Amino acid sequence: METNRYHRQILFAPIGESGQEKLSQSHVLIIGAGALGSSSAEALTRAGVGHITLIDRDYVEESNLQRQQLFSEKDMEQKMPKAIAARQRLSEVNSHVKIDAIVGDAEVDILRKIVPEADLIIDATDNFETRLLLNDMAQKYQKPWIYGAIVASYGVTFTVVPKKTPCLQCLQEYIPVNGATCDSVGVIQPVVQKVVSQQITEALKLLTGNEAALSGKIISFDLWNNEHVEIEVASLRKADCPSCSEKRSYPNLAYDSHLKTAVLCGRNTVQLRPQRKQTDLNEVAKELQKNNQIKLFQNPYLLSFEVDSFRIVLFQDGRALVHGTMDQMEAKNIYHRYLG
Amino acid sequence: MKITVNGNGLEVQEEVKHVKGLIDFLGLEDKPLIIEHNQQILQKEEHEKAVLENGDKVEIVHFVGGG
Repeated sequence: METNRYHRQILFAPIGESGQEKLSQSHVLIIGAGALGSSSAEALTRAGVGHITLIDRDYVEESNLQRQQLFSEKDMEQKMPKAIAARQRLSEVNSHVKIDAIVGDAEVDILRKIVPEADLIIDATDNFETRLLLNDMAQKYQKPWIYGAIVASYGVTFTVVPKKTPCLQCLQEYIPVNGATCDSVGVIQPVVQKVVSQQITEALKLLTGNEAALSGKIISFDLWNNEHVEIEVASLRKADCPSCSEKRSYPNLAYDSHLKTAVLCGRNTVQLRPQRKQTDLNEVAKELQKNNQIKLFQNPYLLSFEVDSFRIVLFQDGRALVHGTMDQMEAKNIYHRYLG
Repeated sequence: MKITVNGNGLEVQEEVKHVKGLIDFLGLEDKPLIIEHNQQILQKEEHEKAVLENGDKVEIVHFVGGG
């Protein structure tokens, strides 16, 4: 190991040589490589975490560049999947870190393989469906995870430690059903850094054996309105929680093999995930080219085409993003019309 | 009456008598909120029973989804 690289971090007494060694042996799973995921991944890469796995289902677009720090205009022009573009940049930042990039949904089959081997999960998703799934997975394999979320100038974070804190399912009554998301009220970049600062500090504590320093609180702030709130929530742990109590049944791990649709945060876009897996993008492109109304773009990871007022992006894992609608039925119809 | 909400001083009118009244006053009645009143977490059904007095501290957190 280079002796100088982590000098300042090793000088920081709670970490020290032994903490640095622990970091280099650690594996962190980051779910989502958008704003929070980019920033978390860069912080952990610079800190010298040995192994990072990034999962993301999206690709880089122009409106990401304001706050998603790992991506460049070139990534946008090439429509690079975020996980791939992030891995590229992270390996330039620190070539000693092993970075695995997965272009896809954080779904049960994928998480089941990675979570048992990870030491910690960082939540950088944009939806509660995935968070509840990851919460169950984390409880099942007794791994800590760190919730983080942002909207406008507001951010909130909480570290879930199995057997110690309430889990997300314990707090389910506080999950917004149709709460504000980034589509309607936007988000400013500093709130990303503030949430990530909190998440990564907690991550460093967990990974270096400093659990006693964990906050144990839900922390929220509104940077624009100068508010900072911390609430001790140990009392909200539920004795009959279906995810973390002795009566656990992991309600969010039930397998659903049907075509799944989801409206993406902040975008006029619906994602469809069919049952069949790998897709041969070249075959699909060949078929689509028979229709000369269709404008095609392809890179090694995805195929994008425009038709009518929609743009459809198909990934190798069979998922499609239908841009130009938030209507899940309409998106399904378009998908079936052009992709069978 | 002057209370502290999320660390900032707030002057409220007399008709704001309890925590539920404060939530309505702040226009947050439709959101699921975690609320601490003088460092005590309240269940939803306690919002109406938690009487506010001058100098009280109320902390309010809500979850959001974006990332």
